[in-house]
Amino acid sequence: MTFAFATVALITLAGAIGALAFRQIVHSVLSLAITFTGIAMLYLQLGAQFLGFAQFLVYIGAVTILILFAVLLTRNSGPVISGNPYSRNWASGMGVGVAVFACLSWAITRTPGLTPTAPPEPQATVKAIGLKLMSDYVIPLEVIALLLTAAMVGAVVIAMGDTKKPQSQAGNKAMESINPSKERA
Amino acid sequence: METLLIDIKARILELAPEFLQFPLGHLLSISPVISVFAGFFALTTWVERKGLGRIQNRLGPNRVGPFGILQPVADGLKMIFKEDVVPRSADKVVHFLAPILLVIPTMLAFSVIPYGERLVPIDLDAGILFFFAVGGAAELTVFMAGWSSRNKYAMLGAMRAIAQMISYEVPLILSSIVVIMMAGSLSLVDIVAVQSGPIWNWHVATPWGFAGFLLFLTAALAESNRSPFDIPEAESEIIAGHMTEYSGFKYALFFLAEYMGLFAMSGLAITLFLGGFHAPLPFLTWVPAPFWFFGKFIVLIALFIWIRGTLPRLRMDQLMGLAWKFMLPMTLITFATGATWHYAGKGVIAWTICTPMIVLPYVFLGKALTKGQTVAKRVYRFAD
Repeated sequence: MTFAFATVALITLAGAIGALAFRQIVHSVLSLAITFTGIAMLYLQLGAQFLGFAQFLVYIGAVTILILFAVLLTRNSGPVISGNPYSRNWASGMGVGVAVFACLSWAITRTPGLTPTAPPEPQATVKAIGLKLMSDYVIPLEVIALLLTAAMVGAVVIAMGDTKKPQSQAGNKAMESINPSKERA
Repeated sequence: METLLIDIKARILELAPEFLQFPLGHLLSISPVISVFAGFFALTTWVERKGLGRIQNRLGPNRVGPFGILQPVADGLKMIFKEDVVPRSADKVVHFLAPILLVIPTMLAFSVIPYGERLVPIDLDAGILFFFAVGGAAELTVFMAGWSSRNKYAMLGAMRAIAQMISYEVPLILSSIVVIMMAGSLSLVDIVAVQSGPIWNWHVATPWGFAGFLLFLTAALAESNRSPFDIPEAESEIIAGHMTEYSGFKYALFFLAEYMGLFAMSGLAITLFLGGFHAPLPFLTWVPAPFWFFGKFIVLIALFIWIRGTLPRLRMDQLMGLAWKFMLPMTLITFATGATWHYAGKGVIAWTICTPMIVLPYVFLGKALTKGQTVAKRVYRFAD
């Protein structure tokens, strides 16, 4: 474990703990941003330049902002002043967490292919990633593109507003006059 | 000249002891970048105030030094000695961190731009991605500044700024993707190498490149919150947006970051479209490369000052409409044009096919978006 790795890991963990512990929810989000930065730096330490920068671009530039907007647009976004922020059944939650961690670490350490020696330096250049994405992984890429397009169309439909409001209102009235039971209700 | 600079660095490194060479080498690469662009910042504020003064029929600063050229020094001293006022209800830590965290990524963006054949601070494999990644951090710091001030104007300004930056980041990145596609590399050094030679080899001298350059410049203006896209800090309605509650040197840091962001964008525009450090004509190649880079840089800065002096501020809905309804489709069209250009042989045939591919959508999209809008001649009540 090098000094650089220890520093980055410490920053990442501190950010994660801060995200859980802060009372003010905006502080939690900013703390989460520190964690995202730490993870990006971990990728960079592993030589995955593209992944590191993409992580930074997407998570700091977009996801954190998205979370912030979600926090600000919901009510009760002020500080949690009274009450215990932790769940009542924290003991069982902790038990589940420890169990998952133990299970994962058991599986990882028992994997036969993993040797503690340092693997050869990866040659994951941006060009190699691009060629892989466009040849071997082109179907997953297209599926993701389709999913994102669908999400974008959905967002546009929601944001577009009711331009045909008079018509639909008239339709509703017609429906109500046909079905008087609704009016009584 | 380039080799001279590199020689000086090598000489200094020879003198240093072994363990100091690594940090000293990086320090010698970093300090010129910071000092040169900070110097440009000081000069630009003066040129801008002088130029705007001329445009508005005023004299501009003329008290400190000849033609007021020492005005930036006076401003800097004033900013340093000013009292640093922090509102009582502000979130102290976040309020303090926001300007600092804003300056760091804008400075980092300069590290991947090639200033000369060998004058590249870092040649990253994914240089342009790095540029946009660090640029993305600015939005978060603007939010931090606006939210921590506990001020309605600051919060409104921050929200406007974030909405604008997110909207214009899309055409900004998309308009540079065409260049990446044509150069086949994310490295800015490779992108400049593709455009080596005189002006007709540059990307701006192609139909897709010209359209992409204009789109990029517009998006860059909006990204750096400059007039005509300066509603986030509109002085006349929300005082100064997210900077309302900042004073003294912290305010100066915001100002610095804004200009640094603009400089970095100009540097990227030069690298992507204007041939980087290459000379425009073959017989001019004896002038060293950094002079060409900074010559183009100064021209772009002058253009930005000119735009600021002449164009009125956009309204919020016009701003969003321009980004999503006009610039986004146009950037997508430049993709198709770039691909056609590549397969049509980059010659006369390519020109005849590609020019209408850009011009026709521009005309029809413009007509469709302005349909039903009547532009009446402005009537002045008192100024006539």
